Amino acid sequence: MKAALRSEFRKLFSTRIWWILLVGMVGYLGFIGVTFGFSITASSTTTDSGSPALGGAEAAKALYGFVSSIGYVFPLVIGSLMVTTEFRHKTITQTLLAEPRRGVFLAAKLLASVPVGILFGLAGTATIVAAGAPVLAISGDGAYLSDPDVLLVLLFDVVVTALWAVLGASFGLLVTQQVAAIVLILAFTQFVEPVARVVLGSIDSLAGLASYLPGGAADSLVGASFFAELGTGDLLPRWGGALVFLGYIAVFATLGRLTTLRRDVG
Amino acid sequence: MVGRVIAAPSLTVQGLTKVYGPLRAVDDLSFEVRPGAVTGFLGPNGAGKTTTLRMLLGLARASSGTALVGDRPYVDHPTPTRVVGAALEATGFHPGRTGLGHLRVYAPQAGVPDSRCHELLELVGIADAANRRVGNYSMGMRQRLGLATALLGDPPCLVLDEPTNGLDPEGIRWLRTLLRHFAGEGRTVLVSSHLLGEVQNTVDDVVVIARGRLVHASSLAGMADLASPATYVVTPSPDALAELVRQHGWNAQPHEHGTMIDGVGTAEVGAAAFAAGVELHQLTPQGTDLEDVFFRLTSGSADGAPAETPTAGAPANLGSVR
Repeated sequence: MKAALRSEFRKLFSTRIWWILLVGMVGYLGFIGVTFGFSITASSTTTDSGSPALGGAEAAKALYGFVSSIGYVFPLVIGSLMVTTEFRHKTITQTLLAEPRRGVFLAAKLLASVPVGILFGLAGTATIVAAGAPVLAISGDGAYLSDPDVLLVLLFDVVVTALWAVLGASFGLLVTQQVAAIVLILAFTQFVEPVARVVLGSIDSLAGLASYLPGGAADSLVGASFFAELGTGDLLPRWGGALVFLGYIAVFATLGRLTTLRRDVG
Repeated sequence: MVGRVIAAPSLTVQGLTKVYGPLRAVDDLSFEVRPGAVTGFLGPNGAGKTTTLRMLLGLARASSGTALVGDRPYVDHPTPTRVVGAALEATGFHPGRTGLGHLRVYAPQAGVPDSRCHELLELVGIADAANRRVGNYSMGMRQRLGLATALLGDPPCLVLDEPTNGLDPEGIRWLRTLLRHFAGEGRTVLVSSHLLGEVQNTVDDVVVIARGRLVHASSLAGMADLASPATYVVTPSPDALAELVRQHGWNAQPHEHGTMIDGVGTAEVGAAAFAAGVELHQLTPQGTDLEDVFFRLTSGSADGAPAETPTAGAPANLGSVR
């Protein structure tokens, strides 16, 4: 198992995609941190309209929570690439020659994606703080970097980003076609889920369902949600979010084990 | 070479079968590959060679039958790449990874340090390209990198699928020397090829399959014995020749302007004709060689007809070879 893990890390760090995606995530979250920082603080100063105000610690939590709620596409993609690349370039053959026990192969993929996700989480969290905190401090109610609740959000940003990477890897096991996996991830994260969360959140009887979507569960775990702050759906308790999220990973990994990993490999 | 002698396991295939829907890609195949020799695993494209190797290496599940490395299946060896080094044709490389990077990826599971990766790149002759991305490698360089990957764990068994593909003649010669050396050390070496000619000078034993079934397994010399000579003669005295044929009990038919005598070499025919005073205007060897034997053994593969059991003296059925 240790050897399989070392092999996985060498696979990832011997090609360029990991730092390209990392740079992309840092750039994206930096941009989001500044722009949304201004828009959140701007809306909090003009709250006469009756729409829920985002101010104080809530504003800080919503902004810092963007690492997961907006940045999650990056760990998802890197996680899925860690698996789909093997199929795309047919290195899966050599990989299974080196480790024929497919359960060990699966475990190594999932475990290896944890530190990769932590790396992305640390970079993303550092970026959102570096970009967003000054904006909150200057034009909002403050950066709240000593508030324990806010610090927990930062901590869970890293945890959830790691879990997104694991989810990406388990999804890659199910959809091994690299292009298909990326298209599905982009479509789901950039369109399907946001729309579903807004729609579900606007229907009273269904509002609770939104937090059972992967993004909702992740926001629950982080303990902050831009969507929730907008009043579109309540969050689960942290442990509930964690359970739902781990459930997604378990389902994808199990399905991948029963389909992809039972097949013959060329 | 004052070599070390390596105790290598045999590879044993027993009743191995792979069924894809109505197709029996590998059909009740049994053979054994012994240590200390290079065995050629031969058959036309689509005969089931790669499928057999994939089952042997645990990449594909057998419909029935077993394939063992030593006393157990490949997948039951704790560190399989230290027992069997395999290079399959289907194996790919990440184009963005360097040759060295590729070897380093699989080094931990073979339990070897990075220095071994450098050594192997040196051994297979691509040390200069160690830090170049594999996407820029030629086909021959990829073959060499695949071989280096197979050799990572210094395995006593080698399984190479069409290793000569993409190698230039010099590369094929280099590979032959290397494989002979490995066999000389006592290792078990199995090399698949659809071209007998490319491995003819490398192998000790042959296992020939067609349409998933074993059609021949023996030493290379045993296969050569299946080749039958034939002699084409032209004579102005056909009656005298017919008498000669009858006296010697030869099997002869009219052929073009003369006569084809099967199962007999030119020296024998020439000597008999000389002794009997039969004038010959042409005396030409027309027999089958090893390549013909291979074609005959594997012929019919395109139309699904069963391969003929070769019988000495029968003319090579070249007409049906496509």
